[in-house]
Amino acid sequence: MKLTKRLFLGLAASTAMAALPVTAMAEDWSPKRPIDFTIMAGPGGGADQIARFVQSVVEANDMTTRPLVPTNRGGGSGAEALLHMKDARDADHTIMVTLNSFYTTPIRQEALGVDIETFTPITMMGVDPFVLWVHKDSGITTFEQYIEQVRAMDGEFVMGGTGSGQEDSIVIAFMSGAYGLDIKYIPYDGGGAVAKDLAGKQIMATVNNPAEAKGFYEAGEFVPLLAFSDERMPAYPDVPTMKEKGHDFSYYNQRAIVGAPGMSDEAADYYRQVFNAVYEGDAWQGYLTSESLSPLPMNEAETRAYWTTQVENHRELLSALGGES
Amino acid sequence: MEVLSFLADGVLLALEPINIMLILIGVTVGLFIGAMPGLGSVNGVAILLPITFLVPPGSAIIFLAAIYYGAMYGGAISSVTLGIPGASTAVATTFDGRPLALQGRASLALVTAAIASFVGGTVATVFFTLFAPLLANLALSFGPPEIFALMLLAFATFVGLGGDDIPKTIFSICFGLVLATVGFDTISGEPRLVLFEIDGFLRGIGFIVLAIGVYGIGEMLWTIVETRGEITTTNPKMTAKGLAADTKEAVKRGWKGTTIGSFLGFFVGVLPAAGATPGSLMSYGVAKMISKRPEEYGSGSPDGVAAPEAANNSASTGAMLPMLTLGIPGSPTTAILLGGMVIWGLTPGPRLFVDESEFVWGLIGSFYISNVASLLINLAFIPLFVWMLRMPFTILAPLIFVLSIIGGFAAARSMHDIWLIVIFGLGAFFMRKFDYPLAPAVLAIVLGPIAEPTLRQSLLLSSGDPSIFFTRPIAAPITIIAIILILLPAFKLLRRKRELVEG
Repeated sequence: MKLTKRLFLGLAASTAMAALPVTAMAEDWSPKRPIDFTIMAGPGGGADQIARFVQSVVEANDMTTRPLVPTNRGGGSGAEALLHMKDARDADHTIMVTLNSFYTTPIRQEALGVDIETFTPITMMGVDPFVLWVHKDSGITTFEQYIEQVRAMDGEFVMGGTGSGQEDSIVIAFMSGAYGLDIKYIPYDGGGAVAKDLAGKQIMATVNNPAEAKGFYEAGEFVPLLAFSDERMPAYPDVPTMKEKGHDFSYYNQRAIVGAPGMSDEAADYYRQVFNAVYEGDAWQGYLTSESLSPLPMNEAETRAYWTTQVENHRELLSALGGES
Repeated sequence: MEVLSFLADGVLLALEPINIMLILIGVTVGLFIGAMPGLGSVNGVAILLPITFLVPPGSAIIFLAAIYYGAMYGGAISSVTLGIPGASTAVATTFDGRPLALQGRASLALVTAAIASFVGGTVATVFFTLFAPLLANLALSFGPPEIFALMLLAFATFVGLGGDDIPKTIFSICFGLVLATVGFDTISGEPRLVLFEIDGFLRGIGFIVLAIGVYGIGEMLWTIVETRGEITTTNPKMTAKGLAADTKEAVKRGWKGTTIGSFLGFFVGVLPAAGATPGSLMSYGVAKMISKRPEEYGSGSPDGVAAPEAANNSASTGAMLPMLTLGIPGSPTTAILLGGMVIWGLTPGPRLFVDESEFVWGLIGSFYISNVASLLINLAFIPLFVWMLRMPFTILAPLIFVLSIIGGFAAARSMHDIWLIVIFGLGAFFMRKFDYPLAPAVLAIVLGPIAEPTLRQSLLLSSGDPSIFFTRPIAAPITIIAIILILLPAFKLLRRKRELVEG
């Protein structure tokens, strides 16, 4: 099996499939063994999709001297992955694809003893905005109608999401607080299951990343009501934002590559060069557009500052969340 | 018939030289990945996903689907020959496949598995072709209460079987359910039962880890103790004539299981969240329940091999349906396929059949071809696998041990899992020694993680009112049948007692 794979990868390198120029890596440091590419989520979710996409681009263009070995370590809302990174035996060959449990899980579970600010920033691949969706059969077409409906149902309005303390629940909690809404929240184990139950009208609304709802939106099944982005999204120009409604709130899922704590500067530079090349390539830029991700390029210092503010923000959001429920 | 012309185009597309080549390679690779304990279709598809950048999306998905199919066929091989489930989907195949192999009928078991797989896959593909949109709507009408009712029914098939000791069966189910709760709780988002505060338990207990421990290590220990290493399987011989005779017998003694597995497996596979493993276990339970000779099950019934094997192939085709029509994966493997489709620039969802009809029908066409290819390749390899069984058990036992350990490690690359496998192996040995049935525990750890959240989601929906299971049009009949099945043995017992008293 290994052999087959290698054979095919050899073919991949030799065919002119390259969507990207192969960057010449004439540096002091290069990986000596296969690179542990940890995914903070189970197979099939948004983070997994991105990790496999990135891996494919790297493999197809032969951008690393040793292969990336993706492993899903989604256990405990990413706790498994964070511990794996924290205790990495070989920091120079351990990198990870993140989502926002990168911030929330260490806050929610202090016993893990994970401080993400010790991790090594590699590349910010983009941020994924959140959107409020309803089913077209609900007859709701504006955010105002939605608010009215939720209030009218007095605690019987059912929304689904990926669980308390997860990204969408933070957004829903903010919305409920800002508008005094009483929502019945049903937790699911993944964004796909949530979208399916909205399509089947088992639940009445969701807050999802556009990528997870896109298929149903294009088929006219889902209606987007409100975006939690800073500005209107190019793919959904008619959907107002929370900011336009007068609340200074936006929320994104971080899609970043990070290195284990204690990674050497040489290794970090090597990976930055690789993933920055992936980031700039047509394949990734196309993915950003088609899945409605926003670019948010940052260098190392900016990323560290960003992490600090995100940890602070999440600490506040989560304590607000804990206070309500 | 518009469908037929689409299908004809699809089959023609699948028959293009490059696609035929990919199907043959995919099926063969899948067969061996499936046969390796611990490695299943999920691993195969995930590992080979990046190379599909080389070919157009239509061919790429055909290749990956062929691996998926091949792995479903291959899973049965180590289940039968070694007694270690080759993949989680083939656990139920060990129940009867292994006893048949010990009786020297490995070839019968393998032939039955191959034919049942073929029938299951083909029946499912026909359903898929004819009723895709209808079935997608059916899948959507299954919310948490309906899924929970279905899980209850699955448990009921295992409790209400009769024959086995019922209190011990219930104990075994409860044991499995407790193991299933280890790790993170979806509903509260909090960790539970992180035993001894070992971080490895945060991930929960993987089903394949339990299955390898119980059936790989446990079975090996059992065989060693029972036979003192002097196991004599009647030397299996493979001749063309023998193969023909086995085929005839497989059809004659396995058609019932095949029929049940084909239909039930497909239905369960179509429902997102379930997938091929629950489908195959449920089919085994139902086949045993409605059999006239349930006592044959577990000691080498061809029906007991056919039902789960037909079901896992049928379910894997079924799981493609919500993936293609709704963009929602019905199994872990389709979740990765879905990721692949996004990578290729396709948007899975309700529009896919319209916008990318060539892609969809090419894939459906390839199901038919892949099934035929899998059957032929599998039959061709059977003599090789049977030949492995001629090794003396003193060589086979260490081999099983090593394969179990490697297989367990491959899934998550964690030493924690290896220790669990050893512990489960010892635990299973003692449970068997004290006559506790193991299959219900295995069933519980597969279904528990589906049943528990859906139960709690349903009760959240109804604000804690259990009548939600009796008032919804689809959930109600399923729940009622499940309850009757659970209570049936109790009624029988009561009647027998009364007869005794009166007599």
